Amino acid sequence: MDVVFLARIQFAANITFHILFPAISIALGWVLLFFRLKHLRATDPQQKLDWLRAYRLWTKVFALTFALGVVSGVTMSFQFGTNWPGYMERVGNIAGPLLGYEVLTAFFLEAGFLGVMLFGHRRVGEMVHLGSTFLVALGTLMSAFWILALNSWMQTPAGYEIIDGQFHAKNWLEIIFNPSFPYRLVHMVLASALTCAFLLIGISAWQILKGVATDTASRVLRTGLVFAALAAPAQMVAGDFHGLNTLKHQPQKVAAMEGIWETTRGAPLLLFAIPDDATRTNRFELAIPKLASLILRHDADGELKGLNEFPSAHPPVFPVFWCFRIMVGTGILMLLVSWIGLWRHWRDGWDFARMPRPMLKLFAAMTFAGWVATIAGWYVTEIGRQPFIVAGLIRTSDVASRVPSSSVALTLGIYITLYLVLLAAYVGVLKYMSETADKPARPLITEGLAEGQQKNQHRGEFA
Amino acid sequence: MTSMSFDELLPLIFIGLMGVSLLVYVVSDGYDLGVGMLMHRATPGERDTMVASIGPFWDANETWLVLGVGLLLIAFPKAHGLVLSELYLPTALMLVGLILRGAAFDFRVKGKASRKAMWDRLFIAGSMLASLCQGWMLGRYISGFGEGWNYPIFAAAIAVALPMAYALLGATWLVMKTDGELQDKAIEWSKIAWPPMVVGLILISMATPWISETVRVRWFTLPAMIAVVSIPITTCIALLAARLLLGSPAVRGSLCWLPFALLVLVFFLSFLGLSYSIYPFVVIDRLTVWQAASSPESLKVILIGVCVTLPVIIAYTGFSYRVFRGKTIELDYA
Repeated sequence: MDVVFLARIQFAANITFHILFPAISIALGWVLLFFRLKHLRATDPQQKLDWLRAYRLWTKVFALTFALGVVSGVTMSFQFGTNWPGYMERVGNIAGPLLGYEVLTAFFLEAGFLGVMLFGHRRVGEMVHLGSTFLVALGTLMSAFWILALNSWMQTPAGYEIIDGQFHAKNWLEIIFNPSFPYRLVHMVLASALTCAFLLIGISAWQILKGVATDTASRVLRTGLVFAALAAPAQMVAGDFHGLNTLKHQPQKVAAMEGIWETTRGAPLLLFAIPDDATRTNRFELAIPKLASLILRHDADGELKGLNEFPSAHPPVFPVFWCFRIMVGTGILMLLVSWIGLWRHWRDGWDFARMPRPMLKLFAAMTFAGWVATIAGWYVTEIGRQPFIVAGLIRTSDVASRVPSSSVALTLGIYITLYLVLLAAYVGVLKYMSETADKPARPLITEGLAEGQQKNQHRGEFA
Repeated sequence: MTSMSFDELLPLIFIGLMGVSLLVYVVSDGYDLGVGMLMHRATPGERDTMVASIGPFWDANETWLVLGVGLLLIAFPKAHGLVLSELYLPTALMLVGLILRGAAFDFRVKGKASRKAMWDRLFIAGSMLASLCQGWMLGRYISGFGEGWNYPIFAAAIAVALPMAYALLGATWLVMKTDGELQDKAIEWSKIAWPPMVVGLILISMATPWISETVRVRWFTLPAMIAVVSIPITTCIALLAARLLLGSPAVRGSLCWLPFALLVLVFFLSFLGLSYSIYPFVVIDRLTVWQAASSPESLKVILIGVCVTLPVIIAYTGFSYRVFRGKTIELDYA
């Protein structure tokens, strides 16, 4: 097979696997801080214990998620070079500092304080521990900031000049705050919020269904529902703005998302279609007239550019078209489920014991809904940038690896096997942890703490 | 030496930063990879303590690899493409090892108890695979990716020697961080790993000048030879002192940290020797730092970030080591 295609599949497999974990941990860090603060501020001892249990279970989830994010992230830092050597040679002057700042200001911050956050509570004061948790959460957010700055620059390059084929930075503020960056950052942070919220909802609902839940599960489920009910509509608004921004800067991507082959006035919104690249038409169209123009141009007869305007420089239509529908569909579903769930919970007098089981089953089924929407969304924006690696400027095929395709195929096979096994293990262990969460070795905090401190003083203070 | 402009100096600053990052990586992930490999000789209970001794640190340790490779990528993109294309397969296998190990580290305590032994095996296997691949990569890199019958043998020898060095580093780490029976075992392991590491180091020191003309000229030319001979001499003294200590009762008491510290010194000196051999190349005999470097403007932008953040990173890394100083106790999420 073609080495460019293999390199793309390999890189896509790795970033797909990688993004699953940051999508959770970016928001989960802040949720942990919230649990910890609730624990500290609760006056009722039972409530205090509930929030502590929530913190303990979800810290474990965070640790596991973070570890998988780190190892797949290390892989990615190598794959920039192994898969796209020409990329750094051409745009290294711009991509390099952005990646460098990510490592220096985000990776080290997260990794440096993670140890104290996870294992250090008995060794440092409450404020230092809270501070460490805050810095880990901040680190994950900073990481998103830098990597999205680079990704957005590749979509809407700005602030550069080209001298002898090499890119040079002209204005760093324009490079970082390039036209699509603010929209993409907000969209991704909200995606993480939704992914994390549905993980909280799904796992707590699963605990209630399995009959292993304590009050902790109810509190976490309620937190997740409120979180999702707030984030879902915000995401709709952010997504709309992001779409309008894309229309302005990358109209060919929007044309592929909407399946518009020829420039049209009053373009319909396609609910279903099978776009066919060969005949440049859609089959089995199910359309709402003029709605696409209305949404994107805020005018029922507005003109939308078709793919015909971008000969040999537009993305493949089928995957972009369908991933977009999967993302939007999942988003709408998340909005409905969180609002109806919260409404139902209010009608039940804030008691999950009275929540109908089918509703809880729906919650559990949507545990990983955020993953589906996030990945579909990334496919829209990344496949939508093709055939370019830097939109309009460098073609992906020009910077691909010089490694023989057999080597790429071999490592691709190994990576995919490994990722599938680890993904299955991750989901399995989450299920196991949720079912055994409230059978800890030390059920009572006060005893555990005192014992730990003694042990610490007893053995820990040498050297 | 004629004086250099700041723009000419920048690539040197960056090769230095990259070297230091990789040195910190090799030492810090070296001890935790070593601990991982040694786990195959430990009982399940001891394994928990061993993992606990590296638990709070391994994430941050691995970040130095990202920084080192990141600096190669950022500051020397041409070398990055060349090196990683040459080392494509071992890099991929090393990453598989690191992934397995990082994942198993968390899965072993969070999954079903019946699966723990399996995750332990994967943790050990991942540590070994990553160390072997790093050794092979180092060997290929030092020899400038040369072709011929002797080069693969050289790389294979380093592929075996580096895991031994990591095992010794890991064992001395355990001598420092544990007590009782496990400490006794760790002392035994250190004694077992010492001879192969020393033999490996001697072989590499002898083979490198044989394999590379550049290195031979660099080391065996007077008067520079008189100055640089202090590197191997100090290394020998440190290694011998570490071995003597391991045989003495003091290592169980107040001097438990010293073998580890001496080993770190050995790694540092080897790094100095290696840097001296290779300078000013980033890929020996093929690409100098100036040929491979990014534009001075970009390097300056990164340098500002490095100057601001590196002291902070060192400070909070120090803080973390301080929090978890002393003998290892059980880890838990409180």
